[in-house]
Amino acid sequence: MPMLQISDVSKVFFPGTVNERRALRNVSLSLDEGDFITIIGSNGAGKSTLLNVVSGTIPADSGTISINGVNVTKRSEHAHAQSIARVFQDPLSGTAPHMSIEQNLVIAYTRGRPRLLGRGLSRSRKAFFREQLATLGLGLEDRMSHRVGLLSGGQRQALSLLMASFTHPSLLLLDEHTAALDPQRAELVLGLTQTVVAESHLTALMVTHNMEHALRLGNRLLMMHEGRIIHQLGPDEKAKATVPDLLELFAQSNAKLADRTLLG
Amino acid sequence: MLSAIDQGLIYALLALGVFLTFRILNFADLTVDATFTTGAGTCAILISNGYNPWFAVAAGATAGAIGGGITAFLHLACKIDPLLASILTMLGLYSVNLRIMGRANVSLLGATNIFSPLEDRRLMGSLYSVLALAIFVLIFKFLIDWFLSVDLGLAIMATGDNPSMAASFGVSAARTKTIGLMLANGLTGLCGALMAQYQGFADISGGTGLILIGLASVILGNAVLGTRFMFFSTLGVVVGSVGYRLVIYYALLTPWVKAQDMKIISAVIVVVALVVSQSRVLRDVVGKAKATLRRGVSALVRQFPALRKLGDAVSRLPGFKSLSKLPEPMTAVPNSFSPFADLDSHALARALPIDDDSDDGNSTSALAATTANVGVGLTTSTQEVN
Repeated sequence: MPMLQISDVSKVFFPGTVNERRALRNVSLSLDEGDFITIIGSNGAGKSTLLNVVSGTIPADSGTISINGVNVTKRSEHAHAQSIARVFQDPLSGTAPHMSIEQNLVIAYTRGRPRLLGRGLSRSRKAFFREQLATLGLGLEDRMSHRVGLLSGGQRQALSLLMASFTHPSLLLLDEHTAALDPQRAELVLGLTQTVVAESHLTALMVTHNMEHALRLGNRLLMMHEGRIIHQLGPDEKAKATVPDLLELFAQSNAKLADRTLLG
Repeated sequence: MLSAIDQGLIYALLALGVFLTFRILNFADLTVDATFTTGAGTCAILISNGYNPWFAVAAGATAGAIGGGITAFLHLACKIDPLLASILTMLGLYSVNLRIMGRANVSLLGATNIFSPLEDRRLMGSLYSVLALAIFVLIFKFLIDWFLSVDLGLAIMATGDNPSMAASFGVSAARTKTIGLMLANGLTGLCGALMAQYQGFADISGGTGLILIGLASVILGNAVLGTRFMFFSTLGVVVGSVGYRLVIYYALLTPWVKAQDMKIISAVIVVVALVVSQSRVLRDVVGKAKATLRRGVSALVRQFPALRKLGDAVSRLPGFKSLSKLPEPMTAVPNSFSPFADLDSHALARALPIDDDSDDGNSTSALAATTANVGVGLTTSTQEVN
C-alpha cells in the first residue's frame, strides 16, 4: 500500500469566469514510504497547488487523497497538519516572529499531541531542543530565548526545516523553500534538507525551480506543465539525468519555459 | 486617591482581558464593552436575590466568558471579521443585559457583598482594600503568566503571532481563538462583577467605552515596563490601569474640571498615551530610568550579595520562563555579490515588528489600525532602550 496516494485530483480556480485557471488536471501520483520526490515545472504549472491540495490548505474539486490507505481528502488543514509537515517559500511563514526560538520549537514539538496545561518548556524538552538546534550548526542552541524575528532569513528557514521534521511527520512538503535565500544559504538549507530527510527516513515532496537541486536531491523527479504531470523519472533515470536532459524533455513537450526556470 | 487605586486594580482585570485579545491573540475584540455589563448585571441581580456574593462573582465571570464565546462563534463559524463580529455581539448583548437585569440599573445598597468585611470596618479606599485587591489581581496576573507558558497558552500566542504557521503545526485556530476570547471576556465579566459590588450598583451603560480604557492601560503599561518579558507585560497592564485611574483622579481635582468632562479626559489620555508611546521622548526617559535602575540594582547587589538569590528566585517565575531576550548583532552576513544580497536584511526588517502584524490581521477599521500603530511604537521603543 502506498504511503500517499493521489488519485485523479483536479482543481480549478475561479471557475466560470474569465480568470478561470485549471491548476490541476486529473493528477495521479503515489509515493511509497521513504520516497523523496522533487517537482519541477514552469510558473503556473500547478506544483504549489498540488502541495496545497495534499496539505489540505486548498480543497480539491474532485479526486481523492489518501495517506496510508485512509482517505483524507476532506480533512481540515489543522487535522492534516497532525501528520503532514510543511516548509514554505517565505522564511517568515514557518515561524512565529515574536516568540522565542524555544517557544517556536514547543509549537512544533507538540504537533499531533493534545496541547493542554503541561509546561511548555520543561527541562527535558529544553535539553532536547538544544540538542536538535546544535545539529543545524548555526549556533542557535545558544540563542534559544531570542525572538525568531531577529534571525536572518536563512536561519529562520533552517529553523523552519528543523521544526517541520524533528517530530518525524509521515509526509514532508517543501514548497520552494530555498527560493527566497541567497545562494550560500540556499545551499546550506538544501544540505540540511538532504541530511534531515535521510536521517529521519522521511517521505517528502519538494517543489523547486532549480533543476540542479531537483536532480541532486530525492530519488524520483516529476515534471509538471499546465496542471499535468508530463514526465516522471524513476530512481535509475534520475541518477543518470543532467540539466540539459531535463531541458530537452521540456522542449519535447513543447513547454514554454519561463526565464526563471532556465536560469535556475 | 486610594479609592482611585482600588478602581484601577479592579479595571486591571479588564485590561488583562484586552491584553489577551489585542496583544496575544491579535484579535480586535470590542465585546468587552458589553460583557463588562453582562458580568456586572448577572452578579448584581444574583446578589439582590440573596445569592452568595462569591457565587455571583463566579456567575458574572462565566456570563462574560459566554459572551466572548458568541463573538468567537460569529467569527469562526459564520466567518465574520473580528471587529464586526464583536460589534454585533456587543449590540445583541445590550438587550440580553437588560433582560438579565430587568431594568437599567440594579442597586446593591445594603446587600452583603464580597467587600462587606472591609466596608463594615470602614476600610474601603484604605491601604487594606488596596492591598486586598492588589493580591486578588496579582493572582490573576500570575495565572495569565503561567497560562501563556503552557502548551495551550503558547498555541494561543502562535495563533495570534502567525496564524498560518500555527495551522501548519496542527494548532486549531478555532480552539485557540475560542479559548482566548472566552478567557478575556471572562476576566471582563469578573471585572464587571467586582465593580458592581464596589460601586454598589450595576448600570446598563456601565461598560460603554471600556475597551478604550483597557487599551489605554495596555499601551501605558507596556510603554513603561516594556514587552520583552511576559512578567513585565502583564504587570505593566496592571500598572497602566492604576495609572490611568490616577490621572483621571488628579484631573478631576483640578478646580475648573467638572465631572461631566470625564469622557474627554479619557479620550485625551488615550491620545497622549498613543502619541507619547510612539515618540522618542518617552523612549529616552524610560531608557535613562532603566539604566539608572540597573546601576542602582547592581550597586545594591554588590552591597548585599543575598539579593542575588532573590533575583534568581524571581527569574524562575513563570513569566520569565518564556522570556525573549534582546537581539544580538546579526551573525549572518549575506554575500554582497549575490542578487539577493539585501534579502537577509530585508527579511529582518519585515520580521521586526516595524510593520507589525497589521497586514495579516483584519485591520479594516481605524481602531485596529491605531492599535497596530501602537504596537509599532511600543516594540520599537523596547528595542532601542538597551
